[in-house]
Amino acid sequence: MKSVNVITPSVDGKGLMMGKAGYTNDYVLKNALIIKVLRSPHPFAKIVSIDDEEAKKLTGVECILSHKDFDRRPFTRAGQGYPEPSPHDKFVFDEYVRYVGDEVLCVAAIDEVTAEKALSLIKVEYEVLEPVLDFEKAMNNVSVIHPEPEIHEMFPIGFEPKKNISASYHMHIGNVEDTLKKCEVVIKESFYTQAQAHSMMEPHAVNTQFDYQNRLIIYSATQTPFHVRRIISQALNYPISKIRVIKPRVGGGFGGKQAIHGEIIASAVTIKTGKPAALVYTRKEVFESSYTRHPMRLDITVGADKDGTLKAIDCYVLSDTGAYGEHALTVFMVAGSKVLPLYNKVDSVRFHGHVVYTNHTPAGAFRGYGAIQGNFALESAVDILCNKLGMDPILFRQKNMMKENETSPIFAIMGEGTEGTAMMMETCKLDYCVKRGLELIDWNNKYPSKKINDHIVRSVGMAIAMQGSGIPYIDMGSATIKLNDDGFYNLLVGATDIGQGSDTILAQIAAEELMTSVDKMIPYSSDTDLTPFDTGAYASSTTFVSGNAVLKAAKTMKNKLIEEAANALNCAKEEIGFDGEIFNKVNSTESITLKELSNRLYYNSDQKQLMVTESYVGHKSPPPFMAGFAEIDLDTETGEVKVNKYCSVVDCGVTINPKLAKGQVEGAIVQGLGMALYEDVVYTAKGKLITNDFMSYRIPSRMETPELITEFAESNEPSGPFGAKSVGEIGIDTPPAAIMNAIYNACGVRIKSLPATPEKILMELRRKNHEQ
Amino acid sequence: MLVNLYVNNVLKKYHVQAGEFLLDTLRNDNYISVRRGCDSTSCGVCTVLIEGKPVPSCSVLTIRLEGKHITTVEGIQEEAEKLAHYFGLEGADQCGFCNPSMALTVYAMKNELKNPTLETIKAYLVGNLCRCTGYQAQHIAILHYLEDRS
Repeated sequence: MKSVNVITPSVDGKGLMMGKAGYTNDYVLKNALIIKVLRSPHPFAKIVSIDDEEAKKLTGVECILSHKDFDRRPFTRAGQGYPEPSPHDKFVFDEYVRYVGDEVLCVAAIDEVTAEKALSLIKVEYEVLEPVLDFEKAMNNVSVIHPEPEIHEMFPIGFEPKKNISASYHMHIGNVEDTLKKCEVVIKESFYTQAQAHSMMEPHAVNTQFDYQNRLIIYSATQTPFHVRRIISQALNYPISKIRVIKPRVGGGFGGKQAIHGEIIASAVTIKTGKPAALVYTRKEVFESSYTRHPMRLDITVGADKDGTLKAIDCYVLSDTGAYGEHALTVFMVAGSKVLPLYNKVDSVRFHGHVVYTNHTPAGAFRGYGAIQGNFALESAVDILCNKLGMDPILFRQKNMMKENETSPIFAIMGEGTEGTAMMMETCKLDYCVKRGLELIDWNNKYPSKKINDHIVRSVGMAIAMQGSGIPYIDMGSATIKLNDDGFYNLLVGATDIGQGSDTILAQIAAEELMTSVDKMIPYSSDTDLTPFDTGAYASSTTFVSGNAVLKAAKTMKNKLIEEAANALNCAKEEIGFDGEIFNKVNSTESITLKELSNRLYYNSDQKQLMVTESYVGHKSPPPFMAGFAEIDLDTETGEVKVNKYCSVVDCGVTINPKLAKGQVEGAIVQGLGMALYEDVVYTAKGKLITNDFMSYRIPSRMETPELITEFAESNEPSGPFGAKSVGEIGIDTPPAAIMNAIYNACGVRIKSLPATPEKILMELRRKNHEQ
Repeated sequence: MLVNLYVNNVLKKYHVQAGEFLLDTLRNDNYISVRRGCDSTSCGVCTVLIEGKPVPSCSVLTIRLEGKHITTVEGIQEEAEKLAHYFGLEGADQCGFCNPSMALTVYAMKNELKNPTLETIKAYLVGNLCRCTGYQAQHIAILHYLEDRS
């Protein structure tokens, strides 16, 4: 292969490093109004009155919008396909505010100083209500967070707002209680995960303007431009044909930009005033007023026989969706659907639970989306079980885990808010991933631990994981390829490059099929007027779903090219050979170059524009798999954990771009390390998030980041473009469990609540020593 | 208030408010490679060089910089392109939002430190956060860039 699975620099990397314009905030018109949002100081309150008279008098204030200016039209900001599996429980502005940082109103003014001054002049009277700040007490609480009558679910998702339940679900295979009774060894544990923050470097940004056709143009740092267009149209009752969403370069998303952020407010200001407007979140707003990972409690019971045969898994999950239900059902379901099939030989399995509203910052999509929470619980539980069984955790996994050409009944039962899709694992190199990982970390010489000195213990821990590749029968990608004179192509895709490099890898796929070089395949992505539809960058779908669409389009273009070459050379198309540059007529010396053919089609004979569009919807979602191995040094005097090394062996099929694939894994591993060890989320007793900047919320810096050893298994997925599966999310799943397992192996302390701060480790260590 | 700055060696006269930060002065003058990532001097995205030293431009008042030399990535295009080449080979670009500031910090480091080790490089760049890459690919690319004497 010439373009696929070879090192290819990303198409935009050089320009961006050299400082070229690219991001949403680089395209703000000089005369744009600057929007600032007044946010709630209370976790739960009803707005009694808004006095904005003084602010309105301020020179330069153009408009102030609050709930009084909008029809009551509930929608969800989740940024999913339609109908959404998330409740329609949000209004542009509402008379209720449901968390500290919730939107009260917005001011648009000629500059930032004026907008901020106006905010300070506005007086809002609140009736403060009793908030729900403990998600374990949310269900059936006397405080009902969503009492409004208009909200609804789009199809049954277990939505019971009067009980503060945003979604609920139950599935079982076999009778898990009966099986557990028969098991020789059973363990039952509860695990807690925190509201991790995406912390992408570019804050959420949007700017809006009317163009010369009086259409609403929205530049947005979004992962889902087509969903944004649809949701704005619904929420503002504005014709969708008059909206164009352009996604420029995006400075990181990780799921945080899947949902709507400022797009509706900015659009409303431009519609109201006729003027261009811009809204950029402050970093505090990104932390407090966008979305987080869903915090969860996972109660897990696993049972096995003494020979190490895993027989049953029972999992109850309580998930905190915060003030609004974006991705409430789906994130929670993934905690089962992309975790439990790892152990596919059990007799029975149950997965059930509730997703509850609280008066916290809303939770939403975040790379790993349920899988990381589920993986932390299950892969911790497996080590706990092995300890009780007296069995080696590697042997236990090798015996019980998913293998190639196997399946799990869970695939058919659990989908993304709906039923799932049955599928066989045509590729699953988990066996190899585990074996190779053991070598890379030197497991046999290090497991379980070794004393380095009187207070440092070195240990290892591991976990296995799986993910998906898009949502079958729902996610659609499409691609248009256009032939230009001189024989170069445009590749137009709806797929959304948010920094992961999808423009590059999709151009590689097209270039490979058309046997040209990547520099002759010019990608342009994510513009709702110009590019074909794509659901967007989420659910590990781009390489597999959008990539398959690109491959189909390239194949169709190749056929068209051969047809046209046959016309030019007066022969049947079967007689044409094509190597990417020259069309040869078989058994003759006649030929025509692609350059000549394309110029002929533009200017001379058979004149036409060759342009093809193809779409792809997956009929399966082949999971990537991986094994992650951590080596840590644990200081028994301070409780501090230093990760020395993290080895990842990943089966993501063929890597379209090996270095970008590695970048996806390593970036995700370090985010997972952050969730495991550093990224503590702290609310005050009054419900205010105080870890709301990079000083108080510690993402890993380069000093904490360990040596990363990342390898890929040889694997070739038949359903993927050139053998590829997805790789965007899988990397984040293993670090919490692998590191908690390593901590246990170091000192016998089991941390069940993330992150594993030195304080928690030390306290558990002291408790344990005290008990002995 | 009038302030004279040498931005990429060109004398610029800015009329600024007393409370205006360098980040806003530069962005208002279309140096759009200078970007805001936070509000608390903690992410490094807005880094520029003041008299050759990397400084977060969100934390410096423009009126305090009378006569100073400011460098943005527009002023070190050749070096940025060279570093970008090595970033490209390692797949270390990703979202690119912080990469102009990365180029400036690496350039300053190259001028300041002779043959830095990996640990020295990490310490020098610690103020430049990145959520995309996991850092290691960046470090490999930076080491290759430093080895390139062309």
